[in-house]
Amino acid sequence: MAQNEVRVSGFGGQGVIMAASIIGKAASIFNNQFATMTQAFGPEARGSSCSAQVVISDDQILYPYVRNTDILVAMSQEAFDKFFPEMRENAVLLYESDLVKLCKLKPGQKSYGIPATRLAEEMGRSIVTNIIMVGFFAAAGGAIGYEAVRKAVEDSVPPGTEKLNLKAFQTGYEYGAKLLGKGGAA
Amino acid sequence: MKANPAGVLTGAHFFDGDYACAEGAIAAGCRFLAGYPITPSTEVAERITQRFPLVGGMFIQMEDEIASMAAVIGAAWGGLKSMTVTSGPGFSLMMENIGLAAMMEAPCVVVNVQRAGPSTGLPTMVGQADIMQARWGSHGDYAIIALAPNSPQEAFNHAITCFNLSEKYRVPVLFMMDEVIGHMTEKVVIPPADRIEVVPRTLTAKKPGQYRPYDAAGGWVPEMIQAGDGYNIHTTGLTHDERGYPQMTAECQEKLIKRLTGKIRENASDIIMVDESNLDKADVVLVSYGITSRVAQAAVQQARKEGLRIGQVRLITIWPFPEKKIAELAGKIKGFVVPEINAGQISYEVERCAAGKCLTRHVPAYGGAVHDPGVIYDAFKEVLHAGKTQTVR
Repeated sequence: MAQNEVRVSGFGGQGVIMAASIIGKAASIFNNQFATMTQAFGPEARGSSCSAQVVISDDQILYPYVRNTDILVAMSQEAFDKFFPEMRENAVLLYESDLVKLCKLKPGQKSYGIPATRLAEEMGRSIVTNIIMVGFFAAAGGAIGYEAVRKAVEDSVPPGTEKLNLKAFQTGYEYGAKLLGKGGAA
Repeated sequence: MKANPAGVLTGAHFFDGDYACAEGAIAAGCRFLAGYPITPSTEVAERITQRFPLVGGMFIQMEDEIASMAAVIGAAWGGLKSMTVTSGPGFSLMMENIGLAAMMEAPCVVVNVQRAGPSTGLPTMVGQADIMQARWGSHGDYAIIALAPNSPQEAFNHAITCFNLSEKYRVPVLFMMDEVIGHMTEKVVIPPADRIEVVPRTLTAKKPGQYRPYDAAGGWVPEMIQAGDGYNIHTTGLTHDERGYPQMTAECQEKLIKRLTGKIRENASDIIMVDESNLDKADVVLVSYGITSRVAQAAVQQARKEGLRIGQVRLITIWPFPEKKIAELAGKIKGFVVPEINAGQISYEVERCAAGKCLTRHVPAYGGAVHDPGVIYDAFKEVLHAGKTQTVR
């Protein structure tokens, strides 16, 4: 049974929960898999640390929490410091390269960085940072493909913002594809 | 009858349990919610406030939970399918009026997304410790129905079941979700309206003057009217006769209480839903509900891998409790393992029904987190290797 345990983390206001929700929706609604999303419900106001978990599986998910992270998305230093110890041996780390300074990972672990906030600012809208990260996840995470995640983005964002968000998704995806040497986007 | 398509969002959604519960309620025909926001149930009310304007429903944010429950009873008598939504502290405040709803036989649904208590406890974190309160929280003898979903999909499906049972038996039905189920997001498939069965209110065909509001005509459940239809009737929290008039006698009390409790007890087999598996050759049977029933699967899988024979009874209906099922199993197995996020509640029911014929091992968790599956696995082993009938705590 293929199962991926994903943690999306950052600080409140970065759209961490939204990003996790899109990933979960991509798997369960648009990729014919099962997905369970849970989130830390603390006093997560803007600026404090925030994380959400998504378990993605080909089979029904019983235990709903992440125990060993397969894919960690870290959008802040605090989030990285807190969650990298629970990464599996061959886990993938996707991080905001302007905000996270990596410490040494284990030999089997892979890491891919993207300056998502800067790319969003270059688009004139820093609010789409999380969607750029989601695009990067589709390219470099290895859990769910381009088409399903793209549909989930389109289905999740507020009406009227689809064009902007899909552009942000494409930006993140292409950055990831290039980094992995996959060539152009699908 | 089939659901009104106006309220049914047919399709596949990625919803948390709270949203799914709200959609289930609307699909079931709920058009009135009175409540006071409280974590972790707020998203149910939030969703309702977004959706009610589109389907002609009414939401009132009340001054507190006492008033919320009172408004729900009023709306029920006014002819609407009505509900309220809360968590532990609010549930405590609702208790008096839940008793009133039981006494007045007002069909309604109370959703309790359980967090850890007592008192304010852990507002954002899980608990399952309101289970006995659901059954016994209001004073006096009465009976209610309570259900516990274990996924957002079931939060949708069984919100509908709650409304259907409340109409069928004219009783408050308590939907005992927990924080994890409420806040967990998964795929929820909402079928077309013509695939959703809803129970309409049984209104009387009798004319004003002939109709007696608490005359069950030899059955268990009297027919209802709705306020404003021209029936001058009386309903009260006092002990009452078939006309609804106060009748302060032991005879009237006995007759009324026997019917109020009997309508649930005698129809238990119609009401109770359990999910059973691998009971045939089981040595140990896991009894669980809500999120704990899913967490425990990790322990069951590990135990089965090692050849242990673990059966399962997952409670969808918590009250009335499936007494017969537990009693029947008790004679055949070594013991029950009952994990709950409390210090012992349903385990007492299991122990009572097992009546000394096998072991009952409660596995506590005290709130704020789900069980570590390892402690449930250890309990399986402990029961298998324990002496004959001692209670293991």
